[in-house]
Amino acid sequence: MITNIIIVKDLVKKFGSFVANDHLTFEVRKGEIFGFLGANGAGKTTAIRILCGLSFPTSGELSVAGYNVYTQREKIKQNIGYMSQKFSLYDDLTIFENIRFYAAIYGLSRKDIDNRAEILMKKLNLEDARNKLIRDIPLGWKQKLAFSVAIIHDPKIVFLDEPTGGVDPITRRQFWDMIYEAARNGITVFVTTHYMDEAEYCDRVSIMVDGRIAALDTPVALREKYQARNMNEVFLKLARAQTKEVA
Amino acid sequence: MRTILYIIQKEFIQVFRNKRMLPIIFVLPIVQLLILVNAATFEMKRINVAVVDLDLSGSSRQLTSKFQGSPFYRIISAPFSYNEAEALMQKGDVDMILQIPYGFEKDLVKESRTQVQLIVNAINGASAGLINAYSTNIILDFNREILIDWLNPGKLGGIRRIMTESRYWYNPKLNYTTYMVPGILVLLVTIVALLLSGMNIVREKEIGTIEQINVTPIRKIEFIAGKLIPFWIIAMFELAFGLVIGKLLFNIPIEGSLWLIFLSAAVYLFVILGFGLLISTMTNTQQQSMLVSFFFMVVFILMSGLFTAIESMPPWAQTADLVNPLAYFIKIMRMVMLKGSSFADISQLFYALVIYAVLIISLAIWRYRKVA
Repeated sequence: MITNIIIVKDLVKKFGSFVANDHLTFEVRKGEIFGFLGANGAGKTTAIRILCGLSFPTSGELSVAGYNVYTQREKIKQNIGYMSQKFSLYDDLTIFENIRFYAAIYGLSRKDIDNRAEILMKKLNLEDARNKLIRDIPLGWKQKLAFSVAIIHDPKIVFLDEPTGGVDPITRRQFWDMIYEAARNGITVFVTTHYMDEAEYCDRVSIMVDGRIAALDTPVALREKYQARNMNEVFLKLARAQTKEVA
Repeated sequence: MRTILYIIQKEFIQVFRNKRMLPIIFVLPIVQLLILVNAATFEMKRINVAVVDLDLSGSSRQLTSKFQGSPFYRIISAPFSYNEAEALMQKGDVDMILQIPYGFEKDLVKESRTQVQLIVNAINGASAGLINAYSTNIILDFNREILIDWLNPGKLGGIRRIMTESRYWYNPKLNYTTYMVPGILVLLVTIVALLLSGMNIVREKEIGTIEQINVTPIRKIEFIAGKLIPFWIIAMFELAFGLVIGKLLFNIPIEGSLWLIFLSAAVYLFVILGFGLLISTMTNTQQQSMLVSFFFMVVFILMSGLFTAIESMPPWAQTADLVNPLAYFIKIMRMVMLKGSSFADISQLFYALVIYAVLIISLAIWRYRKVA
């Protein structure tokens, strides 16, 4: 049975007269990797922040993990993980201290904190670096660590806002392996990106152009529909169509 | 509750790992105490005087020697013309010119009235007023003595005089350091507490970690408490540190109970930290927060009664001081440290601080938004 873990109906977000999200309607199925694609400024981050309870929607009906975005924001926060575009670990804390702190504010017990920190550092091969300050480790490590920290409390959904920005191709590949593993463990992944090759890794993708959802389907179906060889062409066709429409 | 402990742990790690923060916390107070206590004084020691004695008589010398005998004055020059003395004042070498006119003694004897001229450098109005008051007193005293001597030659004490002898309570030697140290200690903990807390949340906004915290189910009160307590501990330590230095270096009296000092400080610091966090939640960059903090700090300090008595401020300023936490705490510190006041004596001030703390922290919690 397919259940929808995120339901968005007519989401509108305005900043003054600027419409960042223009009547978005979509569902995310439980356990899938949902790609949220779009150019810079298309409104991806705005939507993700609203879903995470960091920002108020102007209007629309939204439910995340079965909870209402307007009234049950704190309930939602117990069930989601979030990795922002902006780097979110403390530069002046060590790897272990960062893990411990975030695990603690999610309310994990002392035993759980230590256990999970050990497992996590082992998995990332960071055991020898546990006492290194975040500012001294390479960006790729940081991103992988930030993702692991975002799911340390076993959330139902994890929101990733351009998690692979500025990272080399090998690390990106490894990062996606981690995303697959999380999905296998039953975590629904909601990921924004502007790397179109990454879109191929998603179960379904929605493509946003100028605050609206221009297309939403599986990568294969989209390629067929727009007669494109890859997602990059799909995106360019959609973006051009939109520009023509405006012109 | 456990969450708070982990936040406190994190804040402490961050403060002690910050190489630039440590000197601010530990060296600044010593420097401040040493410099401010010795520099910020109104005491009129060593008033440099030029005496222009044009009379050169017994009486004029007697008057001059009265000034010389006072511990406050130093006669550094005795020029023969007024112009020379004025040049000295221009250069800033003397603070006061005493001019005794030609015929001073003669007039005194013949007409029983004469004049001397006092010229005081009044660039600093307050000290000029004091110099004037001291000097007038000396001249009056001189006047009284000759009256007695001349009216009743030989009969000492023939005229009944009312002797006034002043005793200065709570600070018998009129030691300015004693008066300043409690206030400066307050200043010190205030600066450290306000800066640490004022920069804190806004710093997390700048580096972006606040987003990561806001997306967790952490309760606002837990977050604010976790932020308040570490700085509270640091500032309390700072106060203890300052008291020890004050005792060792200046031998300041601590007449009242130390417990009462720390109890009041505990409440007072919550006011200041709450204030800092409130500023932190309302600003977006550390620079903004610094500027706002400094604005309030300067106003609070100047109106705190540290340098000028609150009682001599205009009524509107005294009313405005009702919201100045520094005014309350400086008063408490002076009362407890110098007078040895008990809790009953300071209870009104103390409860005012309690109410203030509750209000300001509630405001900070309310103002801290997890949703933008």
